Amino acid sequence: MSVLPDRYEMVIGLEVHTHLKTASKLFSPAPVQYGKDPNHSVHPIDLAMPGVLPVLNERVVELSIRLGLAIHATVNRYSVFARKNYFYPDLPKGYQISQFEEPIVSEGWLDIDVEVADDGQSVSAGTGKGKKKKKGAVPTLERKRIGITRAHIEEDAGKSIHDISIAGSDDSCIDLNRAGVPLLEIVSEPDMRSAQEATAYLRALRSILRYLGVSDADMEKGQFRCDANVSIRLRDAPEFGTRTEIKNLNSFTNVEDAIEAEALRQLELIEDGEDIVQATMAYDPERHRTSVMRLKENSDDYRYFPDPDLIPLRIDPAHIAAVREALPELPEEKRNRFETEYALSAYDADVLTATRALAEFFEATAKGCGAPKVAANWITRDVLREIKERECELEDLSLTPEMLGKLIALVEEGRLTARSASQLFPYLVSDGGDPEALMVERGLEAVSDVGAIDGFVDEVISANADVVQQVRDGDDKPLNFLMGQVMKASQGKAEPGQVRKALAEKIRG
Amino acid sequence: MGQAESLLAGGLAEIREGLDRGDATSSEIVEASLARIEKTAALAVVVSTRAESARAEAEAASKRIAAGQALSPLDGIPVLLKDNIVHAGEPATCSSRILENFISPYDSTVAERLQAAGAILVGRANMDEFAMGSSTENSIHGPAHNPWKLDHTCGGSSGGSAGAVAAGLVPIALGSDTGGSIRQPASFCGVAGLKPTYGRVSRWGLVAFASSLDQIGPLGRRVSDCAAALQVIGGHDPRDSTSVPELLPSLGGALTGNVEGLTIGLPEEYFVEEGVDPAVLARVRDAIAELEAAGAKTVPVSLPNSPHTIATYYVIATAEASSNLARFDGVRYGRRADKVKDLEDLYMRSRSEGFGAEVKRRILLGTYVLSAGYYDAYYGQAQRVRTLIRRDFERAFETCDVIATPTMPETAFALGAKADDPLSMYLSDIYTVSANLAGLPALSMPCGLADGMPVGLQLIGKSLDEATILRVGDALERRTDHHAARPPEIA
Repeated sequence: MSVLPDRYEMVIGLEVHTHLKTASKLFSPAPVQYGKDPNHSVHPIDLAMPGVLPVLNERVVELSIRLGLAIHATVNRYSVFARKNYFYPDLPKGYQISQFEEPIVSEGWLDIDVEVADDGQSVSAGTGKGKKKKKGAVPTLERKRIGITRAHIEEDAGKSIHDISIAGSDDSCIDLNRAGVPLLEIVSEPDMRSAQEATAYLRALRSILRYLGVSDADMEKGQFRCDANVSIRLRDAPEFGTRTEIKNLNSFTNVEDAIEAEALRQLELIEDGEDIVQATMAYDPERHRTSVMRLKENSDDYRYFPDPDLIPLRIDPAHIAAVREALPELPEEKRNRFETEYALSAYDADVLTATRALAEFFEATAKGCGAPKVAANWITRDVLREIKERECELEDLSLTPEMLGKLIALVEEGRLTARSASQLFPYLVSDGGDPEALMVERGLEAVSDVGAIDGFVDEVISANADVVQQVRDGDDKPLNFLMGQVMKASQGKAEPGQVRKALAEKIRG
Repeated sequence: MGQAESLLAGGLAEIREGLDRGDATSSEIVEASLARIEKTAALAVVVSTRAESARAEAEAASKRIAAGQALSPLDGIPVLLKDNIVHAGEPATCSSRILENFISPYDSTVAERLQAAGAILVGRANMDEFAMGSSTENSIHGPAHNPWKLDHTCGGSSGGSAGAVAAGLVPIALGSDTGGSIRQPASFCGVAGLKPTYGRVSRWGLVAFASSLDQIGPLGRRVSDCAAALQVIGGHDPRDSTSVPELLPSLGGALTGNVEGLTIGLPEEYFVEEGVDPAVLARVRDAIAELEAAGAKTVPVSLPNSPHTIATYYVIATAEASSNLARFDGVRYGRRADKVKDLEDLYMRSRSEGFGAEVKRRILLGTYVLSAGYYDAYYGQAQRVRTLIRRDFERAFETCDVIATPTMPETAFALGAKADDPLSMYLSDIYTVSANLAGLPALSMPCGLADGMPVGLQLIGKSLDEATILRVGDALERRTDHHAARPPEIA
């Protein structure tokens, strides 16, 4: 539900800046590294030394094509780098190399899931945090398509540091490690109608970027930044209201809160009979308020023109086709395939496709053991629990899909009991190893030898004569107790099916 | 005059022969060059030397040459770089206060290639500030003096490079040419100067004036010296995205002396009496007649968009310059104003104090033509006309192999004569700028004197066809002795 009165709706368009995952910068051979000492990841090109020239990092083109294809967009065979001219200390050349009139990617879309109440209004979307829901409204999920206007390549600027504790005085310092890091600016259509739709879009986009290996899109590291264009209008108004742009939103919470705060600010103005003025806004998360940074009419004239140091970027259709061929399966496609190919529940498919690494882990495990549903259970339950408890990543575990697959296979073959497998699992997670060798080493191999099982069964029957009599009198309940006793006697190694069979035969004849 | 001194007074070929024969060592030549630079300091054509390093490098070159292991025809030869071509560890002032204490931390491609070929980079040549100017008067190092007449300009912006070659300080110097900045001073100083095809020589390490027009090229005593130098500095460079991938052919082999059957186009727009010194036009016609006598044919050609070249050039060049020079902001290197109040003050004062009047004029012009509301009328329009000018040449080259024109409508003018009239200085670029706009190779070479001052013939070639203009120029040189004319002895 919107924070606005029902007769109003928000109109939101988003601009996302995402760092591309490359080894070196967009136009220089300096490595892209986070957390280096200031100005320790720079090349004369990044410092705009007199006489240097930019050379395009081809990897950036590859990654941009990937994103373009994944968002169903046109990858333009001809695009142009332009200079955006303005003075700022963290912009070494006095211009940013960007793409202006002819971007590399144009006109795409992506789908988001929006929760819709019975009145047809969007309630909340995707994993957006739940807002007060209308009483009695029954939310259902609905798919909504968000248009993407364009995506273009540009370079990031450095950072100005005004912090006295770092600068050592009230001077400002400049760190150019980030200057020249490749960015894709992805601009959406004004298709979102609530703050929750906005974050659902951002999450879907981030998931795609990560799946494709286009960007790590870590908001905390500034690798995924968002500007929001917001306006409000009466629900049936034929035209958009005047919009404002909120700059530099660096968390999903801030995106939602800032959009709602700005919408409310605009509502107050409108209800007071005042005009909305086009402006660039800043959001203060502590005070939950947006405020005007500068008015659009005072905005810089960037004097864009094609960069004469760079030739237009021409992309061979064969190149685009090759990238398409090598494109990894996207989250949505994977989810659908898991449901059909492995007969997984929607829930399991959803959990297992949260990241590409987890999905690949599952598929490799399933292949190793030939029991996809069992593999899914192990991963959604045991593997994810371990990751959560250890507060680590999947890659940090010593457990490999091969190990887990083999462990499950041993259980499926009846050579290892589920209980023994659970005992082995923590060792595999911490130290890894060959499950079969470990099983043998620890003497955990399931006992399926009829003679040996008969021995345990006979032992338990003679030690529990009264319970056995109950069963013989027609009460099946104590059977489980007897089962447990046999398993205990066998130290968990007896194959349960055989134990059950032997018990039944020996007690009932 | 010692052996080295008299060799140095010749051209590359004489020095090379002398070195290879053992008449002199590279050390002696370099010593003679340094001494001569010092002796002629009043010319202000050289702004800095690196005597110690040059001596050490010359010693190594001398040993190589004595052992018969010369690296290239330039091995052991003293060469000057224009002060806007960076050389690691050396100043690169670009004749600007804003870079007066700047030392480059890295090498240009041409400096690297010259050094790899064994050339001895003895120092740096005076120029107009950031290559903006046609007289080498816009310089913190003071105006360069023309060796032919000391109260006249060397031309510009590569005036120091041209003057140094003319005065016999070095046989070869590198310049840069954005609208004629190699050819015009070559013409004024009576030396050969080549602006290669755009993209033929890497711009990596050339401090940019107008990126789509700038091109590094050699100046030498002879056309063949320019060919030898281009052979070393030319060719593809992955550090310059506008560098052409095509292989540079063997230029020495192209200098056959034969022009028989070759067609020279004479643009009718340029061979008009109006606006040209008649004596200049006469020398140029003599040179063409000489080539005809050697078997070349001439045909009239038309470059109908010629009247628009100056306007087109000054819109594009200033637009690019306004952006290229934004990096000189007093923040990371170069001059920063003292006691600034705030960021705005730092920018305003560093740039106001750091740039000279001509640079400021062009930054203002360039900023204006790119401004919102004016872009289409100026920059956009200029780009469209540039395309038309390029097509003019394509059409002209359907009927000829090279195009001949005067390099300049006049001979060198007196120092200060045009200092207050920038427009007349801009207009005298009429014959040279079109080759930059079209990206074509063009050579200026001496073709005689008018009133005791050198006149230049310009030969414009097809794209990537430096070989043909060098061949024609060399053939003319073999039939005449204009290149041997020397300025009156310099005190």
